[in-house]
Amino acid sequence: MSATGIGAAVRRKEDQRFITGTGNYTSDITRPGEVRAYFVRSPHAHATIDKIDVSAAKRMPGVVDILTGADLAGDKIGGLICGWAITSKDGTPMKMGAHPAIAADKVRCVGDAVAVVLAETLLQARDAAEAVQVDYGVLPAVVDPAKATAKGAPQLHDVAPNNLIYDWHLGDKAATEAAFAAAKHVTKLDIINNRLVPNAMEPRAAIAEYDQGNDALTLWNTSQNPHVARLVISAFVGMAPEHKLRVIAPDVGGGFGSKIFIYPEEVVALWAARRVKRPVKWVSDRSEAFLTDAHGRDHVTHAELATDANHKITGLRVHTIANIGSYMSTFSSSVPTYLYATLLSGQYAIPAIYAEVDAVYTNTAPVDAYRGAGRPEATFVVERLVEVAARELGLDPAEFRRKNFVTSFPHQTPVIMTYDAGDYDASMTKAMEMIDYKNFGKRKAESEKNGKLRGIGFSTYIEACGIAPSQAVGSLGAGVGLWESAEVRVNPTGSVEILTGSHSHGQGHETTFAQLVSDRLGVPIDTVSIVHGDTDKVQFGMGTYGSRSGAVGMSAISKALDKIEDKAKKVAGYMMEAAADDIEFKDGKFTVKGTDKSVGWGDVTLNAYIAHKFTGGQLEPGLKEGAFYDPTNFTFPAGCHLAEVEIDPETGKITIANWVAVDDFGNIINPMIVEGQVHGGIAQGVGQAMLEGAHYNADGQLVTGSFMDYAMPRAADLPSFKVDTTVTPCPSNPLGIKGCGEAGAIASPAALINAITNAVGHENVPMPATPSVVWKAAQGGMKKAAE
Amino acid sequence: MYAFKYEKPWSLAAAAALLSESGDAKLLAGGQTLLPAMKLRLAGPSTIIDLSKVPGLSGVTREGDNLVIGALTKHVEVMNSAEVQKSIPALAHLVSVLGDPAVRNRGTIGGSLANNDPSADYPAAVLALNGTVHTNKRKIAADDFFKGLFETALAADEIIERVSFPVPEKAGYEKFRNPASRFALVGVFVAKTKDGVRVAVTGAGESGVFRVKEMEAALAKDWSPKAIEGVKVSASGIIADLHGTADYRAHLAGVIARRAVAKAG
Repeated sequence: MSATGIGAAVRRKEDQRFITGTGNYTSDITRPGEVRAYFVRSPHAHATIDKIDVSAAKRMPGVVDILTGADLAGDKIGGLICGWAITSKDGTPMKMGAHPAIAADKVRCVGDAVAVVLAETLLQARDAAEAVQVDYGVLPAVVDPAKATAKGAPQLHDVAPNNLIYDWHLGDKAATEAAFAAAKHVTKLDIINNRLVPNAMEPRAAIAEYDQGNDALTLWNTSQNPHVARLVISAFVGMAPEHKLRVIAPDVGGGFGSKIFIYPEEVVALWAARRVKRPVKWVSDRSEAFLTDAHGRDHVTHAELATDANHKITGLRVHTIANIGSYMSTFSSSVPTYLYATLLSGQYAIPAIYAEVDAVYTNTAPVDAYRGAGRPEATFVVERLVEVAARELGLDPAEFRRKNFVTSFPHQTPVIMTYDAGDYDASMTKAMEMIDYKNFGKRKAESEKNGKLRGIGFSTYIEACGIAPSQAVGSLGAGVGLWESAEVRVNPTGSVEILTGSHSHGQGHETTFAQLVSDRLGVPIDTVSIVHGDTDKVQFGMGTYGSRSGAVGMSAISKALDKIEDKAKKVAGYMMEAAADDIEFKDGKFTVKGTDKSVGWGDVTLNAYIAHKFTGGQLEPGLKEGAFYDPTNFTFPAGCHLAEVEIDPETGKITIANWVAVDDFGNIINPMIVEGQVHGGIAQGVGQAMLEGAHYNADGQLVTGSFMDYAMPRAADLPSFKVDTTVTPCPSNPLGIKGCGEAGAIASPAALINAITNAVGHENVPMPATPSVVWKAAQGGMKKAAE
Repeated sequence: MYAFKYEKPWSLAAAAALLSESGDAKLLAGGQTLLPAMKLRLAGPSTIIDLSKVPGLSGVTREGDNLVIGALTKHVEVMNSAEVQKSIPALAHLVSVLGDPAVRNRGTIGGSLANNDPSADYPAAVLALNGTVHTNKRKIAADDFFKGLFETALAADEIIERVSFPVPEKAGYEKFRNPASRFALVGVFVAKTKDGVRVAVTGAGESGVFRVKEMEAALAKDWSPKAIEGVKVSASGIIADLHGTADYRAHLAGVIARRAVAKAG
């Protein structure tokens, strides 16, 4: 292993600019003559728009124009769409309501845009926005997904009676019912997977510019996938043809899924820029972000697990109501279906599984993918069921898991997935050693002496990443393929530019991708630059989400590097008058096999371009290759998280005493970056389990609309994590990578709630387990113990 | 932020005159509550009267049996004051857990008291120590100063000059933080002075800071955590929200009071 190659903990190249304030984020960009956009947003969760009067506002200082939903419709700008078609049990397609970028007739959540003010300054735009007069006819609202389909509930979209978008199912119902009928024991749980607000450090932003001479538009935005944004805005919104629309996602300060989607504001910015013929800039403030970024999770689930007399799991069934919010966001339909129910087998050999999912509209912000996207919800269901079942059966939770782990591969689950490789016992055993599981009892006794409760909880999770084989996802309803592209451009002097569709917004691609190139070509890492995020530079790409950049994006780079190597060998062959097949390439040196004749990387790259050693008939000059890589399977990262907590029963305060994570991510390019991903993921999962929760009141007002009420995890809430890995290389991609970006967020909520419930002695602890909740639970638990 | 007129008077009299001239003027001390509220357009005063050039409003002094703190004294100055640490260490501790470093470096005792946020820390100290608020017009006893949620006895043209605290025999402050805001979900200041024992609870009361007389009576007889174990704080009038039920906060007031007594020694 070289100091900068695969497996080296190279410090992140991009951090120099990020930590010295020299990054280039969308809001850092200023275009000449730009106007600022400020949206007039609905204060009501559900209302008809009876009248909008912009006349007074238009006369205010600095106002350039004020546009409404009627103007948008007049210009025939299309609405936003959800790009994954889900079919209900009865074969009918999902019922997608229209989603205009500015509401025209009706608002469906607080924060729904009803007009946009364009002014010389942001302050002027804000002042004028307050002067826009909107007459609303306020309607009753529904925010609770469990109540959305009830008789008499307020109706959001005419196309979706009873607010039901789809009722979908997966698995074998009859086989599962039979398994439950024959079960020796059934464990039942009611679970609410709490709604989360993503809260990336950088709020969303967009700048749109219209080039009148070329009738072309450019959009700078905070996107995880600029090409997909261009495709949707072009093909579905109908803004401009793809070749007349350039989308640039420069430095992006975190996304966690929330910046995958195509949002109303960027559509409006483009449309408005063309109308007023000036660049239009919009930057979300944090309050807007709380209201308008797509939220995550929000499931209401009943789940059951069947076991036989030998403590083998024989069946699992769930019924989930998934809150989609007021409109279907870009990939919202796929999250509670194919990203959720397909993972309900967990790490276990379960013969029969049946899942039913009802997706419903409510008067809340749209819900879509958020770090883990469906897989945290599945893991929470499975890992809570398994832990509770073990407790009910009087078994050690590790033993119960061991008895039911999948141990031979490939393993076909009853819910689509074929697990390719893994060693679940290895990661759990290692985690148990690291946390000193066998002495937990002693630590618990010590805590009890001090009047504290102590608990330990497992989460042996699995996820499907490396998203995804295009043909497979196409057959499941995806509107796009999920391959990735790469182009390798070698310059005459030997430096290398990698163009990739994998956008980096915190993941460290500029370092890890360069490590791959350094490793393969034997060039210094500083001579490799990673180019991404601009549709004019990178031909096409599918973007970064679903822990896919390593497994899919780097595999595409690897494929292109194969081609570079082949071509370079040919050039070296002409230079040394040898056949290309006789050339060996190692550590940046081309050698004629069995001789001491060799040429270096720089000589070969220069010769590829000066083309003096070969004729045009023999070889094309230049050194540039591209590749598209389409995975043949999902990847299956898996592992074990163990959480140990100490609870003060008097106050309900939780102290996380120990946290161990042993993950199998397959081969690892940069262990330091992987560890960072695990840390961040755990922080988000701990946030979900004990701090974060988006709460709407019955009127549809977001009560947790700022950090005063929405508790983000802080360093002081977290322990020092003990993190390690086990490795079973992924067999389906050339680098053996499984992906690591979401594991922490997927695994950790179940581990923490399992630990808390273990400490308080009963299972009724909802998320977020705030001190108030835990105190109440501890009272109940202590009462139970006293009885 | 809405546009406003900015004034920077050089004397207390000039500040008071400006305050009485303008109906909705606001005094600017550290600005740690006012400025965020203005940025969010939740507050839009027509005039801001910046007190930073008014002389004599800052500093800590010991005057006989009293510790006197100027209204514009920043939290960090109280926290680091050798005099505060010597005379009322519980007060230095309270300020050390107030807000975050940014707030402590700008925020002031006068600003905090005039705002009277129901979750603020300082009101608990003033009430429990039986402090006195000195204004440009009069002296106001702690029991008369706090009038309810964000309400005080201050008249429209009244400016806090300083606050005096009787130096106690014993005092302690314990705070249980709201997991989101880190304000006090419940904070309890207990103090034993020559005038008796006082217990003040912040963060929990629907009308702001309040005293728990039953605890005071019990602690007057026996200054120990055990003495107040049996005292229940009623859940009526206690804040109930996402972060805690009224029952929880009422219970927590008891727990935190005991810990404050233990801390006071």
